[in-house]
Amino acid sequence: MSVQRPDPDHWLNLIKEEEIRAQRGRLKIFFGASAGVGKTYAMLQAAQRLREQGIDVVVGLVETHGRQETAALLDGLEQLPLKEIPYRDKTLREFDLDGALARRPALILVDELAHSNAPGSRHPKRWQDVRELLDAGIDVFTTINVQHLESLNDVVGGLTGIRVWETVTDRIFDQADEVVLVDLPPDELLQRLKEGKVYLPDQAERAIENFFRKGNLIALRELALRRTADRVDEQMERYQRQAGGPPLSTRDALLVCIGPKPGEDALVRVASRLAGKLDCEWHVLYVETPALQRLPADRRRLILDTLHLAQELGATTATQAADDIAAAIVAYAREHRLGQIVIGRSRPQCWRIFRRALAGLLARMAPELDLLALARDEAPQRPLQQSASARDSVEFTPVLRAYGMTLLICLTTALAATPLLAYLDLANIIMLFLLAVVGVAVRYGRGPAVLAAIVNVVAFDLCFVPPRFSLAVQDWQYLLTFAVMLTVGLVIGQLTARFRYQAYVAGAREQRIRHLYEMARDLSGALAVEQVADISERCTETTFRVKARLLLPDERDHLPPPPVRVGKPKVDSAIAQWSFDHNVPAGLGTDTLPGSSVLYLPLKAPLRMRGVLAVAPERRHWLLIPEQRRLLDTFGALIAIALERVHFVTVARDTLVKIEGERQRNSLLAALSHDLRTPLTGLIGLAETLALDLAAEDSPHQDALAEIREQAVRMALLADNLLDMAKLQTGGIRLRKDWQSLEEVVGSALRLLEQPLRSHPVRLALDPKLPLLYCDGVLMERVMVNLLENATKYTLPGTVIGITATAVADWLQVEVWDEGPGLPAGQEQELFIKFNRGQSESATPGVGLGLAICQAVVEAHGGRIQAANRPGGGASFIMTLPLEKSPAIEADRDEPDVPSSTT
Amino acid sequence: MTTPLTSQLTVLIVEDERTIRRFVRSALEREGHRVHEADTLQQGLVEAGTRQPQLVILDLGLPDGNGMDFIRDLRAWSQTPILVLSARVEEDDKVGALDAGADDYLIKPFGVAELLARVRAVLRRHTTPSDGKAAVLSFGDVQVDWAHRQVTRDGQPVHLTPIEFRLLAALVAQPGKVLTHRQLLSEVWGPAYVERGHYLRIFMSQLRQKLEADPARPRHFLTEMGVGYRFVIG
Repeated sequence: MSVQRPDPDHWLNLIKEEEIRAQRGRLKIFFGASAGVGKTYAMLQAAQRLREQGIDVVVGLVETHGRQETAALLDGLEQLPLKEIPYRDKTLREFDLDGALARRPALILVDELAHSNAPGSRHPKRWQDVRELLDAGIDVFTTINVQHLESLNDVVGGLTGIRVWETVTDRIFDQADEVVLVDLPPDELLQRLKEGKVYLPDQAERAIENFFRKGNLIALRELALRRTADRVDEQMERYQRQAGGPPLSTRDALLVCIGPKPGEDALVRVASRLAGKLDCEWHVLYVETPALQRLPADRRRLILDTLHLAQELGATTATQAADDIAAAIVAYAREHRLGQIVIGRSRPQCWRIFRRALAGLLARMAPELDLLALARDEAPQRPLQQSASARDSVEFTPVLRAYGMTLLICLTTALAATPLLAYLDLANIIMLFLLAVVGVAVRYGRGPAVLAAIVNVVAFDLCFVPPRFSLAVQDWQYLLTFAVMLTVGLVIGQLTARFRYQAYVAGAREQRIRHLYEMARDLSGALAVEQVADISERCTETTFRVKARLLLPDERDHLPPPPVRVGKPKVDSAIAQWSFDHNVPAGLGTDTLPGSSVLYLPLKAPLRMRGVLAVAPERRHWLLIPEQRRLLDTFGALIAIALERVHFVTVARDTLVKIEGERQRNSLLAALSHDLRTPLTGLIGLAETLALDLAAEDSPHQDALAEIREQAVRMALLADNLLDMAKLQTGGIRLRKDWQSLEEVVGSALRLLEQPLRSHPVRLALDPKLPLLYCDGVLMERVMVNLLENATKYTLPGTVIGITATAVADWLQVEVWDEGPGLPAGQEQELFIKFNRGQSESATPGVGLGLAICQAVVEAHGGRIQAANRPGGGASFIMTLPLEKSPAIEADRDEPDVPSSTT
Repeated sequence: MTTPLTSQLTVLIVEDERTIRRFVRSALEREGHRVHEADTLQQGLVEAGTRQPQLVILDLGLPDGNGMDFIRDLRAWSQTPILVLSARVEEDDKVGALDAGADDYLIKPFGVAELLARVRAVLRRHTTPSDGKAAVLSFGDVQVDWAHRQVTRDGQPVHLTPIEFRLLAALVAQPGKVLTHRQLLSEVWGPAYVERGHYLRIFMSQLRQKLEADPARPRHFLTEMGVGYRFVIG
């Protein structure tokens, strides 16, 4: 057998998972078979040990139920205050999620993971609170009983006869970093129960007695042990896979097909356990046929609930409208590469024929797919949610009207046909009736068509078949006529109605695609954020019959509350912000604040979050239909991409403007520089040639000429400074960085100032081991020239000017000092302000741009420059520049091909 | 210090600014040279062809084109030395002109003395016969014996690594001329090294340590910041 190489994508996923894990908090679950085994106690003990090790442990919520030994363990642990939530006339005390997030302990204890929060809390379930704590990087200890695990819920219910409605999805259990099984033999538990050490919730006395029977306890213990063992098993497998085992084959992936029967939720749970054991992907598919389309609203809602449950358990769900269930299932399985199809097997009753047919059909159509028929549990159903009882009473009136109209049409046909009897054969009269059936089927659908077919047969018998106006028939052949007429009527009615339904489905699908297309088209033309907002709100509103609002973040990623406008949903910006920050939908129909009437959909573009789409439907269940939600998600993705595109259009435009501006500025500066310098060059040159002439004739005007030249030179320097400053100031400076040696920069500056420095001894102290400096040499030379020039200007001839340079860690420090009068005390930093000079209106030439230029250049290099007075008198300018890692250099092979001492 | 040039030369000034042309002309004529003027690039090329000047003084910013094109055109058929006039901001142009074959540059504004000194230096290089390379070169207290590839300072032998020696040779081969970073890197290390300015900094520093009295205030191996290096005999 050849060794299979691990798939790189698989490894990447593992690494990604690792990274996510590293940022998240760690979850430790204390798991028990039933109440009273000592989970809370074990959790507190573990917490106390960690506290002693100096870890920041906080108790978020712990139920001691008045047990002293447990309460004693709370000693020394910080307890977060509970949040009080007013509910009806009571006040409920709940775990304070926001308080915990604000406190940010290293570890928090939150008891009873399966608890349902009070209405109005952020999340309906406590495990969702815990998930948010983990996301925030806080470690969590929690407890749970086996019966609260979603996938085992029905098993436990079956065993003990007591179903609990507070459940936790298996995912959070499976993804927990550690699970500690707290085990207690049933006898000891019963003993504890007798001693009153076990807290029991307010349940019926009898139920409790039933629950705590020894047989039950043994079964529960087995379940808990087995579930823990499964988890360990899975860990082992995961470890082996990481160690280089073959990747999962998709061959095992499951496709669960659900129908409208009760008990499909159990099927989904079983399938979830199966998928967990096989460790494979699983999909849940609901194929809606025309017949299923006519189910009452609460039955349809049941299907949606089942799909929702499947999603919670980690399945991918889909709804498809099709005529042929088997074909749709096979097509879906092949498209998604699912190797095993799971269907429910009912008790042999009315659906039997259909199911057997389905299994057979599937086997015939796709012999390569495995088929699993699981027993369907039709035991107690979860109570339908309250909202489910809201019947669509509105639709009742049009239905009545349709049947009324059908009767009217049949009556009219009969009346209209009666006078024609004299002219037409009975056979043709029948045609008229059939025509009426077709008409009714086209106009009103299946039910009225059936009614029409029956009524027409009766009417035909009454009005046309001798003896007329009686249901009796003379000729038995008419019975055949009736039968054929009824059959034809029914078949025509069925076919027409089905055709009508398919046209309706196709129409709806086309409409969805058209809406999507229209929005994509409109968005592609949008160039401004306002346009995108307008288009997306408009399109969302018309497509989903909702009110929509696009919320956009400001620069600091805050979603400001939008101004209230008529016809727009009332937005809760706190929920919107939460959804934006967590990239998770919130509000209506989600896990987070489902009580809100608005759904908040985060808009995630490839690069970052772009905003939130707030959607308020007129009726809540519209957005619960998976197809609608998926379409809405697609809308969201489109809007996010459009927003990102618009963002980059803006960025590109700004950059273009900037580049163009820079280009213009540079050409302007170059032109200005040229125009200023050219006349000065002429002036200086002519003055000098003239000076030579005057010197030859020993003219008395030589001094004046020298002065003219001097002023022109100063003018040129000023122009240089002004242009440099303009360049630095407008941000148009492009550093021409290269590796420079400070010694060269200093040497070059000293040479440029040879003339003025002649009267000053210069003392250099450059560390011989200075590394190269990555900088713009010309500008750095300018800084040195300006600093030295400054020193010559403000000090008396003969005084020393010095340059000291040292490298300290990653910084190069260069000091230029003098022995002059020093700087005006307290104004050292003001020297760097443009046109500011130490001595106002002094005779010393210069405009005070030199130091400002120095500062601009040094800061452009990421350094700092400071001025100070030296303790011994004189001024000192110190600049600090960042040193970068010097580039490598090939060693010069030092071969003695240059003989050092030969002849 | 101004020893007049021994011979009379023909000089061509290509410069669009009349004042500058005027003073350059009078300064050069004072030295006894013959001066021709051109105020556009096209006219400059025509004059260069007809007058056969021994020196061209070229302004880089001409109204009808880039001075760089002039240099390339001229270099295609002539080795006439070129002295470039440039403004300080145009560093790229300056380096480009030197790389293209110009001999030296002057930054505006410049004085007459500076101009004449450069003209002399350029001409000296070009009048020195190429085969007449002295067997021994002396500058300051340093002596380079080419025949024996031996360098002494104050009579003491100085050890140079091969690269240092090549760098020294490249620099002193054209005294007074600015050699751009590119030219030096390409000549000493090879064409693949033209972007590695740090090699030059490090070896230049070593060379100065060995041959200059005060490496921070060099007298012979001068830095032309942003452009290159210049060797002067002093």
